[in-house]
Amino acid sequence: MNKVFNKENGDEEHNAIQTINLSKRYGDFVAVDGINLEIKKGELFSILGPNGAGKTTTIKILSCLLLPTEGTAKIMGYDIKENPQLIKEIIDVSPQETAIAGHLNAWENLVLMGGIYGLEKKETEKRARELLDLLDLPGREKEQVRKYSGGMKRRLSIAMAMMSDPQVLFLDEPTLGLDPQARKAMWEKIEGLKGKKTIVLTTHYLEEADALADRIAILKAGKIIAIDTPDELKNNSKSMQSIAIKTKNISDDVVKGIKEMYSDVVFKANKIEIKARKLNVDKIVDYLRSNEVNIEGISMKEPSLDDVFLELTGEGGNQ
Amino acid sequence: MRFVSLASRNFKELYREPVSILLGLLMPAGLLVLFALIGKNVHLDIFTPDMLTPGVTIFSFAFLIMFSAVLLSKDRQSAFLLRLLTTPLKPVDFILAYFVPYIPFALLQILVCFAVGILLGAAYSVLNVVLSLVVILPMALVCIGIGMILGSLLSEGQISAIGSMLITAISIFGGIWMDLQMVGGIFEEISYALPFAHGVDAARNILAGTGLGNVATHLYWVYGYAVILFVLGILSFRYKTASN
Ligand SMILES: Nc1ncnc2c1ncn2[C@@H]1O[C@H](COP(=O)(O)OP(=O)(O)OP(=O)(O)O)[C@@H](O)[C@H]1O
Ligand SMILES: [Mg+2]
Repeated sequence: MNKVFNKENGDEEHNAIQTINLSKRYGDFVAVDGINLEIKKGELFSILGPNGAGKTTTIKILSCLLLPTEGTAKIMGYDIKENPQLIKEIIDVSPQETAIAGHLNAWENLVLMGGIYGLEKKETEKRARELLDLLDLPGREKEQVRKYSGGMKRRLSIAMAMMSDPQVLFLDEPTLGLDPQARKAMWEKIEGLKGKKTIVLTTHYLEEADALADRIAILKAGKIIAIDTPDELKNNSKSMQSIAIKTKNISDDVVKGIKEMYSDVVFKANKIEIKARKLNVDKIVDYLRSNEVNIEGISMKEPSLDDVFLELTGEGGNQ
Repeated sequence: MRFVSLASRNFKELYREPVSILLGLLMPAGLLVLFALIGKNVHLDIFTPDMLTPGVTIFSFAFLIMFSAVLLSKDRQSAFLLRLLTTPLKPVDFILAYFVPYIPFALLQILVCFAVGILLGAAYSVLNVVLSLVVILPMALVCIGIGMILGSLLSEGQISAIGSMLITAISIFGGIWMDLQMVGGIFEEISYALPFAHGVDAARNILAGTGLGNVATHLYWVYGYAVILFVLGILSFRYKTASN
């Protein structure tokens, strides 16, 4: 389960980010605890973890906002302690909290970022126009953004991180507070950047990590407790498949028969629910049929990343 | 030159708040008119337009403290400054961007106060008005410096809480509405340990035509404070924003 990224595959040339025993302490409290990571160029890497696990702290260290207490990290070969200025030229960050200039309109906010990164005026305006489309703010581009709704501000805040067209993009909970349409648009935008940039994304929407990430690290109390592709995480999980079968004419004897096959069986409200690591659907259905049970519906659930997450981090999160 | 982008944002952030801009211009002008009218009846030397104008001009810089402190503090509390700190902007870019936008406003305040003062009957020579800027402009620096210190260290709520105290303190210890020598004692000592009374005295004397030589001591106080407060402003900003 706790597969550490193979050293041989990840030589320096191909790494966008490498952390070496990265740690951050606040007094006695350890927020980030000896993280060793290698993120390849062009990889979309997602960091998951309960509240307070140390995701934002890790991103702050990697984006040169915080110095690590111990260890170090390299971004595109530059050390965060020695060359923060060079790193800042090639990264961009969308902070967890919305970060926009309230008295400017959306256009001005985007152009501001272009100017700060020293882009040509023409290039700035071209990118700002593209991102404005993504923002989907019909008729409100010229309005001061302090009057926007929370989600609109949020979208702008993320778009601002894309103005500099960075080599490494950090997105700290990018889709927090977005409506389903906006979230979908944001996913598509991130998909579109996949492969072209290295992206580090934190999120609490596990289906988002599942859909977007090449690899996922799960952080708990500052430590990486799992790191793998979403599929491998699910495959290796102890989480269970479950099947729910709707029927009206099942007898107690038949239920008993199923209970002999699987230990986790619940029957209530005309629905029989069976859970196991591996279910033999064929066998279950055959057994029901042979006992003349009328099957009205079947639904099946594979272990999701949510299950894996809860399994690894414990139901109570960090507490 | 990347600071220009941020400076222009800060400039817009300031000037798109028309109410505070008007307040920063109209309140000093109003006070000037009010006290000049009072002066007509009580015949106090200090309430003549000649004496009031430089005092009120320097008093109006209290708004510079508030404006610069509030913007910086707001940016610090929202994640906006955090975002900026991940960009290639260097410390000097930040200092310039959070300083330069207030200069035009200070000039506007000077212009309005002097225009009103002269309309009320203040009689200054053009040369003396220009000369008085050698003390009035550094007083603007003093105030922007204080603003940077407060904005770096305090929350927006704390700033508005001590803001009115600060404005009162400047108007009292600046000797703007009273003759500090007449009050005397510990009060006078405190006033002359701070830069405001020195600034006001120097400006009044220069405008009255004494030349710069006679106000040299006042000028040293003002310049000393301007440098110290400005450096402290930079240090507080650096202290709060350095990665640690
Ligand atoms: N300046 C600070 N001083 C003390 N402790 C801090 C500081 N900043 C963060 N922490 C602590 O470090 C831990 C990790 O915080 P961090 O913000 O990295 O969590 P996170 O994984 O991003 O959580 P969330 O999902 O809630 O955003 C938390 O317990 C937090 O309280
Ligand atoms: Mg966080």
